[in-house]
Amino acid sequence: MSAQPIIADVVTNQPAIAPVAQGPTGAEILIDALTYEGVDTIFGYPGGAVLHIYDELWRARDRITHYLVRHEQGAVHMAEGYARASGRVGVVLVTSGPGATNAVTGIANAYMDSTPIVVITGQVPKHLIGTDAFQEVDTVGITRPCVKHNYLVREASDIAGVVREAFHLARSGRPGPVVIDIPKDVTAARTSYSRLDHVGFPFSTGAPPIDRTSVQQALDAVVSAKRPVLYVGGGIANSGADESLRSFAETFRLPVAPTLMGLGGFPSAHPLSLGMLGMHGTYAANMAVAQSDLLIAVGVRFDDRVTGKLATFAPHARVIHIDIDPANIGKNVAPSLSIAADARQALSELLVLGREQDEQKLHQSINARELWWEQIRAWQQSQPLRFTGSPNQIKPQTVIAELQRLTNGEAIITTDVGQHQMWVAQFYPFKRPRQLITSGGLGTMGFGLPAAVGAQLASPNQPVFAVVGDGGFQMTNQELATAVQYDLPVKILIMNNGYLGMVRQWQEMFYDRAYSEVDISVAPDFVKLAEAFGALGLRAERPNELHDVLAAAVAHRGVVVVDVHVSKEENVFPIVPAGANSSDMILQSDGV
Amino acid sequence: MRHTLSIIVADQPGELSRIVGLFSARGFNIETISVGETLDPRWSRVTIVTRGDDRTIEQIVKQCERLARVREVHDVTTRPHIEREMALITVEASAGAARQEVLSLVNVFRAKVVDISHSQLIVEASGNKEKVDTFIELLRPIGITDITRTGHIAINRLATVEERNGDEYLLRQGRES
Ligand SMILES: Cc1ncc(C[n+]2csc(CCOP(=O)(O)OP(=O)(O)O)c2C)c(N)n1
Ligand SMILES: [Mg+2]
Repeated sequence: MSAQPIIADVVTNQPAIAPVAQGPTGAEILIDALTYEGVDTIFGYPGGAVLHIYDELWRARDRITHYLVRHEQGAVHMAEGYARASGRVGVVLVTSGPGATNAVTGIANAYMDSTPIVVITGQVPKHLIGTDAFQEVDTVGITRPCVKHNYLVREASDIAGVVREAFHLARSGRPGPVVIDIPKDVTAARTSYSRLDHVGFPFSTGAPPIDRTSVQQALDAVVSAKRPVLYVGGGIANSGADESLRSFAETFRLPVAPTLMGLGGFPSAHPLSLGMLGMHGTYAANMAVAQSDLLIAVGVRFDDRVTGKLATFAPHARVIHIDIDPANIGKNVAPSLSIAADARQALSELLVLGREQDEQKLHQSINARELWWEQIRAWQQSQPLRFTGSPNQIKPQTVIAELQRLTNGEAIITTDVGQHQMWVAQFYPFKRPRQLITSGGLGTMGFGLPAAVGAQLASPNQPVFAVVGDGGFQMTNQELATAVQYDLPVKILIMNNGYLGMVRQWQEMFYDRAYSEVDISVAPDFVKLAEAFGALGLRAERPNELHDVLAAAVAHRGVVVVDVHVSKEENVFPIVPAGANSSDMILQSDGV
Repeated sequence: MRHTLSIIVADQPGELSRIVGLFSARGFNIETISVGETLDPRWSRVTIVTRGDDRTIEQIVKQCERLARVREVHDVTTRPHIEREMALITVEASAGAARQEVLSLVNVFRAKVVDISHSQLIVEASGNKEKVDTFIELLRPIGITDITRTGHIAINRLATVEERNGDEYLLRQGRES
């Protein structure tokens, strides 16, 4: 078995070049290398080990805008929000020791959700490494399991090459985080440097061609399938495959079930969309997969929140798995056919070949699926997403529906993790990729607000809403100061239920209602908190206030925090209990 | 099944721990591991003996291939190959019958005595796993006080040899006596 080397020749390992007294410093080279990569935005927090770099940033402030966060986790989530909204690489700069450890949650989050970021961490001077020096931590060791790659830069002369490769790695293939750890003395050392150092890296850019026979076989399977389902994930947005996906689904009239990360990769309101798949997915999506005879999985990794019990996931289906990461293929589910490739490339090749199909055969194949569509429509009609309204309590689902109306379904939405996140996924019909920015793989509470700040920077003309929990908001709410300082007019919508709601729901359903440590009703007054930060604070407590309050938030030019008091013990339905068959959904509470 | 993976990785600080970390993080096991320079000193060869069904091994190979500094990963076991391991064994063997017994085993296994004292011998043995295991088992009743084993190294057989001797099974057993 021979691997496709990602990088064949970047192995330098040359003898250390003695630092020359002339030439730019490591910090200068770093800034120039970042500029060369097109970086104009950095999220960061200074400290001793990165002082030389911050000094250089000061000089470069007309070219690179540094956003001073209030916690390093916030910096990484901002970079993620920025990257997810724009498709560019997000950049973070933090100091050694606690700066680096605070960033780890964000790095792990980016790793799980395949988000391209480069995180530059300061390190103690080389001669102190290994001595338990002040603010020393083995950053490369700590981050190793949650990065695509990381570096400890030993020579200033290596910086240009490392930066170049780091950006390449972050955005190529399956994107992800890359960490560059730079000892302080390396940023001060002078060395010879030329812009030419950046060019001529032998990165393989063009994707390898896709094996034609697999594409043909996949197509044959699609044409002959009676009960096919397209199961699509974050790979759609990452590869820009949304249009190919849409044409492909429309050409063959295939039902599409996106994962949480796939939402927006296919328009939720499209007649071919079944809605989200998985633990809190729609009845129709989960039933369709359970009964399908062909599952075309594109840009997904068969996460347990999607599959439930693996042994009974899509038990009757042949599986075609298309993913850019060969290691995803066969990891959880052994497909009968696989294409390790970029989703857009694979889908467009399928489409090209599909269009060469005999018209009549195509029609036959589509007609043969009439029964399947009838079955799907029946599922959709019998068990749509639903909730019980209330005259005196604000139902969280109505908040999302109202937000959708007020923003015309166009807003960029970020979320924290919990019940509110699932209601966003269920009730905000996303139209385009990169519109929903959520923490899928790691499930990081506190992601929403900083991610919104980053997304707002990347998309200055779009309304950006962070829909957060009262729990998660309190994990990163200090980033309100960042939003206010840089006048990034994000709207934070707190779905305030006084509980760690998702945990409470599990305790209610699976632990005999023993509400162990989930009551967070002792909380700050979020309106006053907003005001303390210099933002506008609004509150809605009764259903008849909701519309006006949300409308006021949408209309306000600056940062807004909306404290929406929602019904406290609402549950997210449907729910597939962890590890259960995905067709064994609980559709609603016993009582209702 | 036991598989021997040969991983070519850049000879840079930290790269070995990346591979080892990947094994532990993903719950793969390492039976033996050995590392050494390749023909090109910028690259090292890491030889790892692991166990798993075909799907697990495929996952291990793919996960290793994802590492940026890994150039290639081979499952040596899928083709005819030669495996070798070396052991240094300290045996209780005072002059007399015990020592004679050890020396005759050393002879049979084409091992070597590399150190000697009044009461002990250090013996060097090499061969495939089965041979080294058997040698150790036979020495054990005489009294082993210490063992150091290198872990496996492996290499695929030359193609011509493969063509000449179609019988893969025989080749797989190696050519040990
Ligand atoms: C950092 C972190 N800690 C713990 C959890 C476990 N967890 C998942 S959802 C949840 C409750 C979230 O509460 P809240 O933010 O109020 O959102 P709600 O579910 O009430 O909408 C918790 C504690 C997590 N996902 N992330
Ligand atoms: Mg809550």
